[in-house]
Amino acid sequence: MGKRVCILDYGSGNVRSVANLLRFLKIDFVLSNRVEDIETASHIVLPGVGSFGSSMKKIQDRIPLEALGTEVLIKQKPFLGICVGMQVLAETGTEFGLHKGLGWIPGRVRKFADHGLPIPNIGWNTVLESSGNSLLGEHQKLDFYFVHSFVFEVNNQKHAIGTTEYGEIYASIVRRDNIVGVQFHPEKSQKAGMILISNFMNMR
Amino acid sequence: MKKKRLIPILLLRNGSLVQSIDFSEYLILGNPVEAVKRLSEWAADEIIYLDISGGEKFDAGRSDLGNAFKRTFREVIVDVADATFMPMTVGGKIRNRTDIAERLSQGADKVSLNTIAFDNFRMVEEAVLEFGSQCIVASIDYKEIDGKLRAMVDGGTRDTGLSPQSWSKRLEEIGVGEILLNCIDRDGKKNGYDIETISEISADLKIPVIALGGVGNWEHFREALEKTDVDAVAAANIFQHTDQSVYHAKKYLFDSGLSVREPMLLSI
Repeated sequence: MGKRVCILDYGSGNVRSVANLLRFLKIDFVLSNRVEDIETASHIVLPGVGSFGSSMKKIQDRIPLEALGTEVLIKQKPFLGICVGMQVLAETGTEFGLHKGLGWIPGRVRKFADHGLPIPNIGWNTVLESSGNSLLGEHQKLDFYFVHSFVFEVNNQKHAIGTTEYGEIYASIVRRDNIVGVQFHPEKSQKAGMILISNFMNMR
Repeated sequence: MKKKRLIPILLLRNGSLVQSIDFSEYLILGNPVEAVKRLSEWAADEIIYLDISGGEKFDAGRSDLGNAFKRTFREVIVDVADATFMPMTVGGKIRNRTDIAERLSQGADKVSLNTIAFDNFRMVEEAVLEFGSQCIVASIDYKEIDGKLRAMVDGGTRDTGLSPQSWSKRLEEIGVGEILLNCIDRDGKKNGYDIETISEISADLKIPVIALGGVGNWEHFREALEKTDVDAVAAANIFQHTDQSVYHAKKYLFDSGLSVREPMLLSI
């Protein structure tokens, strides 16, 4: 069976950019929330911009979470969450009140500590990948484009497979088995984003 | 480590990509989408696309010849967003939050506000709340009038009566994410940035400042990055006149030991 990505379409602002990047890389994809598209996809992508709470609400309202859970947690299809799509993998988020996340990777999402640096953190920054992972390929160190005020604090450090420094060292790539989340925007990161997406597509 | 950014600025005037000199003379450069694709291939860190259409000013390009490239600003933005994979800020002709929402849905990541920020300060405050600080760039065009620096609006024709220092501070206070600081007196002059003013303002603000106006060679970028606290250096004309301009500029800065993204050429 050929590879096909289902980009979950729940009204997130960067869906179009993510779709553009997959199209450019000649990756077959569908933009959908339908159960049959989620079931027939080989890979699943959850984009995201905006706040934790409002994103979770839209996700709960529009995405069939039971079917998604079956594909991701039981059938273990490769799953990629981007930005807020990464943050909602946590158990809780604290942006504009306490909200429950999907809880697929243990941890919580909290605001950057005050380091005297501008928040939101906007711009290009380096991601260091721990060895034994392959999302950055042979590079293990690439620059990506970030826009965020909140960070994912994982309970188990082994789930933080990529880290970045901005006043503090935080998880910029989280991974638990087939579930991957990236805090940055691969769809705005030119070549580095293409490398990451290509390597994600090689996961099975 | 966080990187300093190198940002090409593109000016669209009445459907064509143009070069601006002194905010008063405009030369038509060519296809407004292809030019950006090249900048993207040379790995620009982001781009700022400004619509400066209209006005009574002299247009050095011949519109009868320029028609082949003519596109509406909206068409250009959509095409650019679809063909490049980098952050894009869009400015010009934004009057309200509906305009902002529209630009974002067309593929912009941020919007740049200038005249409207002065005329309708309240709207900017509301836009920050609705779209987030990261989305709102305030652009300040300033020039010297009777020995004093003044923030100007309406394409540099109307004096706000405010200094760029105090205006930028007020904009920071209401939560705009970045300041694009443009010295009109140096527009198209190639004699380097107004280091003194940029240095003062970038030291005074916590939010990122983007320097613009006057770049004539790569050393001017370096000077601003070394002598001021700017987060990004921008230029328009210089990027349009040499092949692989962004790549060479980045390489020069990288080789000078500055914290910029490693130069590369993308085969896209």
